[in-house]
Amino acid sequence: MNAPAAPLSPYSSALGKSNIEVHTLSVLVDNEPGVLARVVGLFSGRGYNIESLTVAEVAHAEHLSRITIVTAGPPQAIEQIGHQLERLVPIHKVTDLTLRGNAVERELAMIKVAGKGTDRDEALRLAEAFRARVIDASIESFVFELTGAVGKIDQFIDLMRPIGLVEVSRTGVAAMSRGPNPM
Amino acid sequence: MTNLMTGAEMVIRALRDQGVETIFGYPGGAVLPIYDALFHQDFIKHVLVRHEQGAAHAAEGFARSSGKAGVLLVTSGPGATNAVTGLTDALMDSIPLVCITGQVPTHLIGSDAFQECDTVGITRHCTKHNYLVRQIEDLPRVLHEAFYVAQNGRPGPVVVDIPKDVQFAIGAYIGPRNIEHKTYRPKLDGDPGRVARAVALMAAARRPVFYTGGGVINSGPEASRLLRELVSITRFPLTSTLMGLGAYPASGKSWLGMLGMHGTYEANNAMHDCDLMIAVGARFDDRITGRLDAFSPGSKKIHIDIDPSSINKNVKIDLGIVGDCTHVLRQLIEVFRAKGVLINADALTKWWAQIGKWRARKSLSFKNAKDVIKPQYAVQRLYELTKARDTYITTEVGQHQMWAAQHYHFEAPNRWLTSGGLGTMGYGLPAAIGAQMAHPGALVIDIAGEASILMNMQELSTAAQYRLPVKIFILNNEYMGMVRQWQELLHEGRYSQSYTAALPDFVKLAEAFGAHGIRCSDPALLDDAIMEMIETPKTVIFDCVVDKTENCLPMIPSGKAHNEMLLPGDDEAIEAAIDAAGKMLV
Repeated sequence: MNAPAAPLSPYSSALGKSNIEVHTLSVLVDNEPGVLARVVGLFSGRGYNIESLTVAEVAHAEHLSRITIVTAGPPQAIEQIGHQLERLVPIHKVTDLTLRGNAVERELAMIKVAGKGTDRDEALRLAEAFRARVIDASIESFVFELTGAVGKIDQFIDLMRPIGLVEVSRTGVAAMSRGPNPM
Repeated sequence: MTNLMTGAEMVIRALRDQGVETIFGYPGGAVLPIYDALFHQDFIKHVLVRHEQGAAHAAEGFARSSGKAGVLLVTSGPGATNAVTGLTDALMDSIPLVCITGQVPTHLIGSDAFQECDTVGITRHCTKHNYLVRQIEDLPRVLHEAFYVAQNGRPGPVVVDIPKDVQFAIGAYIGPRNIEHKTYRPKLDGDPGRVARAVALMAAARRPVFYTGGGVINSGPEASRLLRELVSITRFPLTSTLMGLGAYPASGKSWLGMLGMHGTYEANNAMHDCDLMIAVGARFDDRITGRLDAFSPGSKKIHIDIDPSSINKNVKIDLGIVGDCTHVLRQLIEVFRAKGVLINADALTKWWAQIGKWRARKSLSFKNAKDVIKPQYAVQRLYELTKARDTYITTEVGQHQMWAAQHYHFEAPNRWLTSGGLGTMGYGLPAAIGAQMAHPGALVIDIAGEASILMNMQELSTAAQYRLPVKIFILNNEYMGMVRQWQELLHEGRYSQSYTAALPDFVKLAEAFGAHGIRCSDPALLDDAIMEMIETPKTVIFDCVVDKTENCLPMIPSGKAHNEMLLPGDDEAIEAAIDAAGKMLV
């Protein structure tokens, strides 16, 4: 009795299927209680991904905070995330830095490595190659501070693993568009 | 003139300055100062409900029927949590509400104090915005901002949580004129380039259809007027969502009836086969689209909406126009008028001929009976006997709601109040109370089911207290009818927990609340009984005993497309309607 299957519409939603993209969003918000909960709650409530999130006040007098969110999803979902964020009342501005193209993205990590003898030499040599700084040292450990793109930090951590990686603390990505204009 | 006053007095003053004359609420420890301030004035009328959910739905009914913001005042803890369903309902249906909640004093916040709950945390997801006011200096600004946010852009509920010490604190009041929101400034006018492209698409369309929603009603009566004008210019067919009924008159030439899961055959087929869809203030809800990958496969889609996140959310749009319906409809008409843009009349004539064939299927027909009242017949008679009056219809949720939407016909906006998005059983009676407060002389009827009405029937006491002559018209089939229907379709007729074995005697129930009770089970006596209900100048419960097993048709089974509808009389198809994949859906 059922009608033959209709041809697939080109308008169907591609949510959750293929072509996953990673985008970095900059969000300027009023620095008021609960604003971060609103942003995070939006992502969890609507089933969006958060790969990384950083937040700090950037203009004290104006009570403005800047949130940088790295998210992954199909383009339609990314567009929807932007609009959903814009809908939140204390949000001033949302910019998709990935869409705008060629933004600078940096992350800071602290990496604790423990070991003795040649392992220490190797750790220091690699740290120098990566331009990581030693911010704490003891007879059997270092804490390195490394700033860079996400991939660079991932790579450094991988190299430290066999040497004696103890723990890692990362800030998540901060990002900004290139050129003279603001977000 | 002094502007110094307590926080509680500021609340009352701000309500007054916002033009609020009626609020719905329930007192409790954490709002006593505000109730005291209320006691000292007689400008604002407070309606004492019997449960905070009732306050929220009553405020929704007030808002939806009057176009103004609805206001409720509840206490901390359970007062706030009881209001959550109503707030969520208002968020889903874009109803402007301002909900003032009391909170424990600031020094007790976080201590698990008596009747403390994290109101802003709990309501963050079910409000458009919310505030916890920690100091008196912020209170006047926040109160006025709350009204601004609730009513501008896509409307919605706003909570203002006020700790008791802030209600007692003294500060300087600021009037609404000095308040301007920093960031929230919705875009009202559509982009002129996009409006021009929309007109070009409309002029070229061969099989166009307007698909309009609650946004047209939220935009105000002018939007409905403009919609009618645009439809009369173009002669395009028009269908509406549940929330949009009344924006275009049901007697209008272009009216196809409601679309969606229980929409008409002609409306859904027009949506499926159209080559241009013009969505106005509608949001492509799953009850509208049916199976997404088979939704109107051959059409270009224009979407006009004030909320940019509605565009491309569920369905890919070819031309999105962000703006207020009133503004964008006016812009469209201006372009049509200025350029004298012609529509494709020949193609349109053929399109209407095709629609005529679909109409001939009479998808809303049903087999009437002499020995039992068919629910559709009851709604038809109710419509015929009340249409000439100043009538507002509310509903609960379920089969009766769909039958009301199908068989009661609306000529004007703001006359139809129903819980569309959230589907809240128990909405109709408090909403009717709200509508009656806004329109004291009108005939307000809650078309109800016997299961739904039990969810908020305590509000009968409210109706009695304020002598509100609301009419509760119960289509009583002893089942949660829509649940029963789905169990028949999906679960081989295993009617698990959908039969109510111990219903009250609704006539006696009416008497207990000081209302008038009527029972009717004979189709021949129905008209007289309805007239008795209409002419009784007090609250009436009408127990309309209807056919217990009637199904609500037509229906797009879950997981199916618009052109795969079940029609009345299609019994075999109904048996085999829903496959395993569809069963997973709601």
